[in-house]
Formats: sequence, structure tokens, C-alpha cells
Amino acid sequence: MNARRRLLALLLCGLPFGALAQGFAGLGTTAEGFAIPERGRALTFPADHGPHPAFRIEWWYLTAPLTGEDGRDYGIQWTLFRSALAPEERDGWSSPQIWMAHAALTEPDRHHVAERLARGGIGQAGVTAAPFAAHIDDWQMTGTPGKGIDQLHLTARGKDFAYDLRLEASGPIVLHGDAGYSVKSPKGQASYYYSQPGYTVTGTIETERGTVRVSGQGWLDREWSSQPLAEDQRGWDWFSLSFDSGDKMMGFRLRDGGPGFTSATWIGSDGSAKPLPDGALTLEPLETTTVEDRAIPTRWRVVLPAHGLDITVGAMNPQAWMGTSFPYWEGPVTITGSHTGRGYLEMTGYE
Amino acid sequence: MTRWAFLALLSHWRRQPLQLVAMILGLALATGLWSAVQAINAEARASYAAAASRLGLSQGPTLTSPDGTIPSDTYVALRRAGWQLSPVLEGPIRLGGRTLRLVGVDVLSYPALPDSSALSGIAPLDVLTPPGRLFASRVTAEGFDGDPRLVLSQDVPAGVVLTDIGTAEALLDRPGALSRILVLPDQPMGLAPLADLAPQLSLSSPSATSDAAHLTDSFHLNLTAFGLLSFAVGLFIVHGTAGLVMEQRRPLFRTLRALGLPARHLTLLVLAELLTLALIAGLLGLVLGYLVAAALLPDVAATLRGLYGAPVEGGLTLRPLWVLSGLAMAVVGAGLAGARGIWALVRLPILASSGMALRSVASGLGARHLALAGLALILAGYLALRLMPGLTGGFVMLAGLLLGAALLLPLLVDACLQLCQRRAKGPVAQWVWADMRVQLPGLSLALMALLLALAANIGVGTMVSSFRLTFTGWLDQRLASELYVRAASDEQGAAIERWLASRADAVLPLRSAEITLAGQPGELYGVADHATYRQNWPLIASEPGVWDRVAAGEAALINEQLARRENLWPGDTVTIAPDWTLTVAGVYSDYGNPKGQVMVSIPALVAHHPEVPNRRFGIRVDPAKSEALARDLRQSFDLPEESIVDQAALKASSLAIFDKTFVVTGALNVLTLGVAGFAILTALLTLWTMRLPQVAPAWALGLTRAQLGRLELCRSLALAAITALLALPLGLALAWVLLNVINVAAFGWRLPMYLFPADWLRLFLLALIAGGLAAALPARRLHRLPPAHLLRIFANER
Amino acid sequence: MLLDVRSVTKTYPGAERPVLKDVSLSLDRSETLALTGESGSGKSTLLHLVGALDGFEAGEITLDGTSYSQLDEAGRAGLRRGAVALVFQQFNLIPALTVAQNLAFHARLGGAYDPDWTATLAQRLGLADLGSRYPEQLSGGQQQRVAIGRALALRPRLLLADEPTGNLDEATGDAVLDLMLDLVRDTGAALFLVTHSERIAARLDRRLHLGSGQVA
Ligand SMILES: Nc1ncnc2c1ncn2[C@@H]1O[C@H](COP(=O)(O)OP(=O)(O)OP(=O)(O)O)[C@@H](O)[C@H]1O
Ligand SMILES: [Mg+2]
Repeated sequence: MNARRRLLALLLCGLPFGALAQGFAGLGTTAEGFAIPERGRALTFPADHGPHPAFRIEWWYLTAPLTGEDGRDYGIQWTLFRSALAPEERDGWSSPQIWMAHAALTEPDRHHVAERLARGGIGQAGVTAAPFAAHIDDWQMTGTPGKGIDQLHLTARGKDFAYDLRLEASGPIVLHGDAGYSVKSPKGQASYYYSQPGYTVTGTIETERGTVRVSGQGWLDREWSSQPLAEDQRGWDWFSLSFDSGDKMMGFRLRDGGPGFTSATWIGSDGSAKPLPDGALTLEPLETTTVEDRAIPTRWRVVLPAHGLDITVGAMNPQAWMGTSFPYWEGPVTITGSHTGRGYLEMTGYE
Repeated sequence: MTRWAFLALLSHWRRQPLQLVAMILGLALATGLWSAVQAINAEARASYAAAASRLGLSQGPTLTSPDGTIPSDTYVALRRAGWQLSPVLEGPIRLGGRTLRLVGVDVLSYPALPDSSALSGIAPLDVLTPPGRLFASRVTAEGFDGDPRLVLSQDVPAGVVLTDIGTAEALLDRPGALSRILVLPDQPMGLAPLADLAPQLSLSSPSATSDAAHLTDSFHLNLTAFGLLSFAVGLFIVHGTAGLVMEQRRPLFRTLRALGLPARHLTLLVLAELLTLALIAGLLGLVLGYLVAAALLPDVAATLRGLYGAPVEGGLTLRPLWVLSGLAMAVVGAGLAGARGIWALVRLPILASSGMALRSVASGLGARHLALAGLALILAGYLALRLMPGLTGGFVMLAGLLLGAALLLPLLVDACLQLCQRRAKGPVAQWVWADMRVQLPGLSLALMALLLALAANIGVGTMVSSFRLTFTGWLDQRLASELYVRAASDEQGAAIERWLASRADAVLPLRSAEITLAGQPGELYGVADHATYRQNWPLIASEPGVWDRVAAGEAALINEQLARRENLWPGDTVTIAPDWTLTVAGVYSDYGNPKGQVMVSIPALVAHHPEVPNRRFGIRVDPAKSEALARDLRQSFDLPEESIVDQAALKASSLAIFDKTFVVTGALNVLTLGVAGFAILTALLTLWTMRLPQVAPAWALGLTRAQLGRLELCRSLALAAITALLALPLGLALAWVLLNVINVAAFGWRLPMYLFPADWLRLFLLALIAGGLAAALPARRLHRLPPAHLLRIFANER
Repeated sequence: MLLDVRSVTKTYPGAERPVLKDVSLSLDRSETLALTGESGSGKSTLLHLVGALDGFEAGEITLDGTSYSQLDEAGRAGLRRGAVALVFQQFNLIPALTVAQNLAFHARLGGAYDPDWTATLAQRLGLADLGSRYPEQLSGGQQQRVAIGRALALRPRLLLADEPTGNLDEATGDAVLDLMLDLVRDTGAALFLVTHSERIAARLDRRLHLGSGQVA
């Protein structure tokens, strides 16, 4: 299975098979022929909810920490990746667009993962902007016609889990960086990046233990680019945090040989977004857990002095490992310290 | 003590190096032929298994459609219902002048991709988008190794070109079509049943063995039978030599026993010696077997590919199991051969009882008992065929017939000799016949070997030659059109058809679809309503008005294979698809194809399979004009050389494939005969020491040594001749069983039997040569024997 | 004179000294001669030379005017078929043939087969009832009688016998020898008999002794 996974990984990043992958998931390779994000281009909706085939990589990324009627904490992830081998779309099998999706359901003691792959061009997977609909196989994220992405129906299922959720946005879309132009390194690598961080989620989750009604908060990230990472960047630690105060924060650190590159967006309870530059956010691993033979930081100290934030973020289930074609850690977290609340943490590039 | 005794035992070989050679060579030959066949079988089987697993043929349940094509929309619909599936589109493709199997898979979902090392340096984009990449092994790629799309990969089985499904779609010109859909092992929870989602598709779980293995079983059974025959024949040699060696060392054994070596100890020593020899010979045999297998494998591979489409590489790998089984055969063989000698050794009295009872076996109870056992075996074989019809019964019957006949041989030969002796006039002649009867028990094993080898030669030769004659006649009927053309696309096909309409006497479209017939892969052909078929088609059974009924779409023709397998004959009905059943109006012979086949009228074919390509045509034209027409056609449509084949070329290549198929059989035949000749030689050498007391008195009474030598040669020739004469009816019986039982069960066709007396004469001469060569050495020895040596017989107490 | 052996010397290949050195003797028609000597003295060797079974390096043997040294192998075989008959101590008979066939064999080979004479011989040798038996089914005495019968069926001019009774007990041996001497006298053949026994030697016309390669 391992050789196959490796092969898929290589295939997905469009590299010659057997060549050394650049950065995590080949995201650090150059983007010859592909479109490059430009500062100042205004995002337009609903068009930008749809795919951008001229860009090499794109994702629809939804995470939601949930609580069940049974009183237990849960978390779900639903991600659709688009990876282009060439900056174009074609009909049929010869389409150079490849789709990959990950779904996860995290329980305090278990973590369920499923993955889907599809060729573009034949209808097995794809996204339409209006009415909004994203799908791969039977997994879907479908918007109510006329409501953009404000009302979503989200489903996915794997061998041992399934979920069926309704999402209702309560605030506006948040543009990260410079009006959606999000810089990823001092060398200028960037992506288009916007979020809808304020969904109220209700629905059911199902495991072999049975079906449970759940509710919670959802966060959608939309990002596309052709070269989101610099060559020397090996991975990232990404946080989406919703505080009980109603404020929210998105923050990440891109790791390189040195101090790394950090970026954050503070989202007020009114939905107003304040981008913060490199260095404003400090992230400090407090504790690591051995997951799949690697040391993964599962307790963090997160400090953002500009907003009086000094918190400890801990994994709800430290074994929230995504054993997919590109393996990474992703799971719900609990916040204590100057602020309290819940959120999601993603860590990539830990070898 | 042990050491000295062992050295004393071994000293024999220094004095009799020829016996050592005979013993080791005999055992090595037996092991060699056996392991050659085993190696070929194992290699072929391993190839099927590898091919099956590499191609995902055994990757789990598979969805297929009764008409052979699944729209890719169905695939997407099932995917969107949550099912984890992998689509496959495959079909024949002409590459480098050969027809190969193009397997198109979705590289994202296919569970059995080549190892990634084969892919290093290749951009995924190139694989997924036009013109695509073609993955093939070196053997497969021979004809098109200049193709820029080619990627060599040893993981892809022979005869298969693996590619992305998008590329396959374009190359096969079947957009939006799939051949089958694999159901992947891991499925999400709570899926709707496939039967509800796609009732038109059928889900089949792959059988434990792949198609190829199933189809080729009979071929391998054939080979194994030949291997066992070779082994048996080889054992005769060893048996003879082992007997001789034990006999000659009798005085030594006696002396050792008299000197105080316990019988058990001595037996163990002899066993150890035998084991050592067996291992040495076994190793030698393995080397021999490897060489023979390596020499024959390419032909076997070609046969399996040509006849069954079974993928077999031409290379041979050394398998530990093969080595072990070869050595085991050598040891078991040596044990069998030496058993009698060792048994005699265990019971050896210390005090000699001189005078060997030479006569009793041949004329007495021995031969009669053997003959009775032989008759019983033949009867048992016959009963076996009655009780279990089919291949197994056929082979049991063959085994019974051959072994039984071999056991009957001593009595029959003795009877012949007795007859000759009675009719002999002169004293020398009388003596010679009488003397041969004395010799017979010692020679009968070797003669049995010769009988088996000759019978196998006659039987298999008759089968192959009959088959070839029938096949040639059948080719004439089947290939009635003067030219055969293959277009690149349906459009070009239509254009060619129009173009030819005014230039040729007739254009006969050749259209076919792959279908499932009675649960096995089969073919559906469309036949044009034309005199060419009405006059030539090789029908072996038919109803009146067969062609009119087929043309009207009321009836179908089926091939002999299907007819015999499913017992369908004119008047019965054949189910072509769940909703399509036709009356069988005729059965035609169809050699060189193990699959079942149904022929219907072209309109009927197109009605049920609108997608069948229309690219191949037979062209009827005045033979004198065919060459010019082919040239014009090629020019007008810019067709590649191999797209137009004339009848003669097609026949020639068909016959070439046919001949290749039986190269192995021929080679094994010759080897077996050689081994049998060698068996006679060792038997004669074995008898040598016992010969002197027989011939010395005759010499003393006035025969010259030269005369004695000549007589020795004549004796051997006469025995070979008698055996060859007796082998003829046995061989013909064998041929009859092969043609009427084995072939029907293995291939599904019955062949008429033809007789080839010229071949028998050739074989008779070969038998004489074998007998003559075998006796040449003893005869020469006798001729050169110093008189003093002969005199000692009279002077010395033995 | 029937047989003339003159100055014959015989050395076996590989042997240092000759077995026979300058041996001479002669035998008349119908004469019976006994040759005695120690074991290994060369009696059998001399007999084989006279029987044209083996060659010699010097001297000459003449039988009825035929010089042995002039003969090739075929000639010597012809001599064995027609003029000389042999009876050995053992292994006289052809195992593949019946008693009757053995009796007739030599005569038929020499073209001198006379069924009546052969039948008479069988009668006199007491073999009439054993005709269809094979040699291995006979006792030693019976076998020797067959050998004698076979030799005399040829009506040879010279009968050579190498200890024909050596394998038999004294009584049987005497009986066999008596028969042989009777028949030899009746056919008028000359007899050259090798024996150890003084008693037997005494019954013949003449006796010679072989010692250290020489006749005395
Ligand atoms: N074929 C032979 N090759 C070499 N030497 C031989 C051969 N036959 C006999 N001899 C030797 O020649 C000598 C005379 O042998 P021969 O058999 O003539 O003796 P013999 O007088 O007949 O003795 P015996 O009374 O024991 O029969 C012996 O020393 C014997 O070893
Ligand atoms: Mg002697």
C-alpha cells in the first residue's frame, strides 16, 4: 500500500514520478505555465466559490468542532482538493484536473479517516460556483440555490463513519491578507485565501456505536494558488480558533530552516477582519505526542500580544492522524488561558 | 571397517566406468526430461498467476455487461452513489505487426499498477493526456520499441500493453465505453446494493484460477504426461544398470559378508552409495532439464500465446521447488531401480549357489503373470474412460493402455521368437532364436521402453499429422477470400467498402463482439449472406436451409467447441444474451481457438451490438488481380503494409503457428526415442557377463568371433524390429484415443484420423538404428574378445 | 599319422615364461592318448591348441595334413566344426538349446548330421527321455553324457576331452568314461584325453606326462 500511496502523492503534485518532492505535497515546486496570484485583484462572488483551473492547487476546506447530544466532543473535517497537471480543463478522461478529498470524524478516543480520488472531466468530482455545489463520489457540500455558501448541506462517509450536517453562516466572508491576497513567505509566495468562519452546524454523525445528533461551529477555508510555499518551507502549523467571546482567529506558521513565517487574521465578533504581519503571532510547542512514529506537537502556546491573547491550545484527540496519500495531522482543539473556546489545528510536514 | 567396505564397493566403478556413466546418465536423462517439463509447466503457470495479479484479473469482484460494453456514465453514476470502483477498458490493438491486448485503466483507482520504479522520470501529465504512454514488457514491445509512447516495465505481463484509460479510449476508438468495472475491496458504510443501482450489469467474482490457467490446463496435462513417460523410459536405463551392478558385485558382497560385515551394514552402505549416485545424477539432470526447458520454452510460450492468448514470457527462472522436486525424482527413481538389487542383497546367502536361473522368467510363469497384469491394466483403463469421461478418464485410459501393452510385451515377443525358432532351418538360426528367448527377461524392460517410445511417436505423430492435414483443409475452406483488409476506423472502413464495391467481386465484412457464452468468454461473429460462405464454410453438422435461416436472422451457427462443451447441435437453441436466444442451424469446425463462438447474420449482430466496429473485410476478387487491387487499395487509403493480407500469407502464417505449437511434442518424441535406445544399450551391457557362458560353447563348436558379433547385432535388430511391429497397433490405438478422446476434452474438436505409412517406415528404421547402435558396442566387444578369455569359461570354476 | 605336434611353444600374453616349450607329440588314427601332469602344467593349454581354439607362437600342429599355422580364424573355426570335437570339464552345453538340440547342434553345424546315428547315441548314452530338457535341468553326469554325445554325433576324427569326469564322483565318472571309450572305439575316432587320474590314464593306449612345459 505504501508504494501506491507514494505514487499517488507524486502523481497529485504533477511531478515526474520518482523525483524528489519539493516541500510538503510538492507545494513548493515552481508553477510554470500556471497562473500566479496577483495583489490587488478583487475577489468576486459567487464566481470565486467555483474552481480556478488555471491555478495548480485549490481547496474547499471545512472543519467543525462539534458536541453531541450524548455530551461527548466530536470534530469533523471535509476537504476537497483540486490539483492541476496543466492549467486547463478538458472533457473526458484526458482532463488534467485531479480531485482528491479527505473526510474525518474525530472522537476523543478514535479518529476515522476516508479519502477519495477522482479524475476531472468525467463528472465524478467537481465544483460549480452558482448554485454552489462541490462533490466527489457521493461526498458533497451543496449550497442552497441563491444563498451562495451561506447555507450548506455537507455529507461524507467512509468504511466506519458517516456524517450528514446542515451549516448556516451567521457572519460575512472574511478575506485574509491584503483583501484575500495572502502572503506565505518573505520571498513573496502567496495565495488567494478567504474564509467563512462563522457557521452554525447541526446534524448527525454515525459510527458503529450508532447515530448521534450533534451541533457546533463550522469554518470554511477557500484557498488557491500555483506555488503557495517557498522551496525551503517544509510544512505548516495552522490554527482556526473560535473563542467563547465571539472573536475568532486564523493563524499559521510556515516552517523553514529558521524562525519560520507567521501570519494571522483576527476576526472580531462583528465579523471585521484584521490581518497581522509576519512575526505578530508566536507559536510555541509545549508537548509532543508520538503519532505514527513521529513526534507531533499536540499542545501549543499561542501568543498574539496585539489582541491580548496568551492561550494554551491542546488536541482533543492527539492521535488525529490523517493517514492519507499526503499524511498530516488534523483535529479539533480546546483552548484555555486568556481566552477559552474550541478550534481546529492542522500540522503538515512532520517527518 | 565401514570405510574399507565402502572403498571396496566403490572400486567396482573404477573397473567398470561405462556402467557408472550409464547409471548416472540414465538417471540424469530421466530427471532431466522430467524436470524440463516441470520447469516449463511451472514457468507458464507462474506467468498466468503473475499476469492475473498484475492485471487485476484476480483483484476481486468485477462488473460486466452482457453486451461487453459499459457506458462510462454508468461508472460515474455508481461512483456518485458511493461505490468505490475502478474502470477498465480493454481490447485488441495492432502494434508492431502483432495483435496485443491493450488494457486501459484509471491510474488513480487501479489496484495493480506497475511498480513506481518503471515510472521514474515520467511526468504524470504525459501519462494522463494525449498521446499518452504505453507500458509493456521488453518481450511485448519487440515490434514497436521505437514508439515514443513506450515505457518498458517488467511488471506488465507478456502480450499486454497497459495504458491510461483515456489513451485506451482514443486508441481503441471507443469513447465513453468501459469493458468492465472492478469493485474495490474497501467500501463505505450504508451503500445501496449494486443490483438496484445498475440492474443491467452482472457482478462476477473471479474464479480461483484465471481464464488462461483454465484454458491451458489440458495443454499442461499433455506436457506432464509426456514428462512422466520420459521419466519412466529413463528409469528403465537405471533399472538395467543398477541390476547389473548388483549382479556383478555379488561375489564382492559375499566376500564382505564372509569377512564379517553384517548384512544390514552392507545394505546401508549400498543404499548410501545409491543415494550419492542419485544426487549426483539428479544435479546433472537438473542442469540438463534446465537447458532443455530453456531451449523449448520460447516455443511453448509462443504456443500458449498463439493458441490460448495466455501470457507467458520466454525466459526461465530457477525455482527452489523445481530443484527439490527434480532431486526427489532422481532419488525415488534410483530407489525404484535399485530396489530389486537391494532386496536380493538383503537375502543374499553367504555361500554361493552358482548357476543362474535364466530361462524361467521368459517362458515360464513370469511373462504370463506380467501379461495378465497388462490385460487387467488395459481393461481398467477402458473402464476408467467409461466411468469418468473427459480429460482425466482419457489420460487414465492412455496410461492403462500404454502400461498394459508394455507388460504384455515380453509374452508377445517370446511368442514371436518361439514361432521364428520353430520355423528356423539351420542350427545357427535355431540357436540364435533360442538364445534370444533366454536373453529376453533381461532385455524386456528395455524393450518396453522402446515400445513406449515408439508407440508415443506413432500415436502423437499420427495425431499431429492428422491434425495438420485437417487444419490445412480447413484453412482452405475458412480463408476463402483472396484478400483481407483492416481499416483504421469505422469511417475508413465504410469508405473502403464503397471504394471496393465497383472493384471487387464481393466485400465481406468481418465483424465480431466479445460476449459471455454459457458463463465463459466467447465471441459473436456476424456473417454476410454470400456464396463464399454457402460454398466453403466448414460445416460439420447442419439443418436443411441453414444459410437461408441464418441470413433471415432466425438461426445461428456455432463452433464445434461450443457444440461439444454445451452439447448443442442443430435444432437446439443457444442463448447469446439474456434476451436473445436462437436456434442452432449448423455447427462448424474452428481449430486453433479454444473459445466458444456463435455466428449470426450481420443485421442481427448490429441490432444487438450497434457498437461493433466495421473495419475488417474479406475481399473476393479474381486471384490474378488481387495483387494489383491490394496495391491500389493501399495507395488510395494510405494503408500500412500489414493492413492488407493476402490469403496465401495468412495461410502460411497460420500453418507456421500450427507447426510451432507442436515443436515441443516433436522434440520430446525424439528425446524419448533416444532414451529408449540408450536403455537397450545398458540392458545389453548388463547382460554381457551372462552372455559369455552362452556364446563360448558355440564358439568352441566352430563359430567365429566375427560371426558371433554379427549375430549379436542381428539379435538386437530383430528384437527392435519385433518391438516396432508390436508398437504400431499400440501407437495407432494411442492416436485414436488422442484424436477422439483427449482432443475433444482438451480443445473441443474431434479430428478425423489419417494414416501415414511412410512415417511408420521411417520410425521402423529409426527403431532398427536404435537397436543396432545399442548392440554395436557389445557386438564389437565380442568380435575383439581374445580367445583366451573365452577359454577361461571352460577352464575355470565360476 | 592323424595329429602331429611339433616343437610348439606357447606363451600367454603378459606371462614371463612360456607355458609350453618346444612340445612335440603325435597321434595315430583311432589311437587313444592320455595326457597327465601337475595342475598348471599346461595340459589344458595344449589341448586348446590342438583343438584350434587358440594360437601359438612357434612350432607347428598338423591334423590330417592341415597345418594350423596356415589357418586364419575362419579356417580354425572350420576345423572345429568338422574334424575336432571337444568335451570340457564344464560349460559344455549351450544353455539356450534343449538336450536334443544340443546333441544335434555340432553335427548340423559341421554338415554331418545323421538323425539315426544321433538317435542311437542318445539311446546308448541314456538320454532318449531327456531330449526336451534344458541343460540346467540336468545333473552333472547327464550333462557330460550330452557333451560326449554331441561330440560323437559329428563323427570327428579326433575327440579332445579335458578332464571330462573331473566334476563327477568316481562311480559316475567311471561310468561316463566307459561309455565314452566304448563309443570312441566304435566310431574309430582318435582320443586325446587330459586327466589327473592314473587309473584312467592306464586304460588308454598311450600316456604322456607334461612337466615344466615339456612332454615326457
Ligand atoms: N588365459 C590365460 N592367460 C594367462 N595365463 C593362463 C591362461 N590360461 C592358463 N594360464 C596359465 O598357464 C598355465 C597352464 O594352465 P593350464 O590351464 O594349461 O594348466 P593345467 O595343466 O590344465 O592345470 P589344471 O590341471 O589345474 O587344469 C597356468 O600357470 C595358468 O595360470
Ligand atoms: Mg586344465
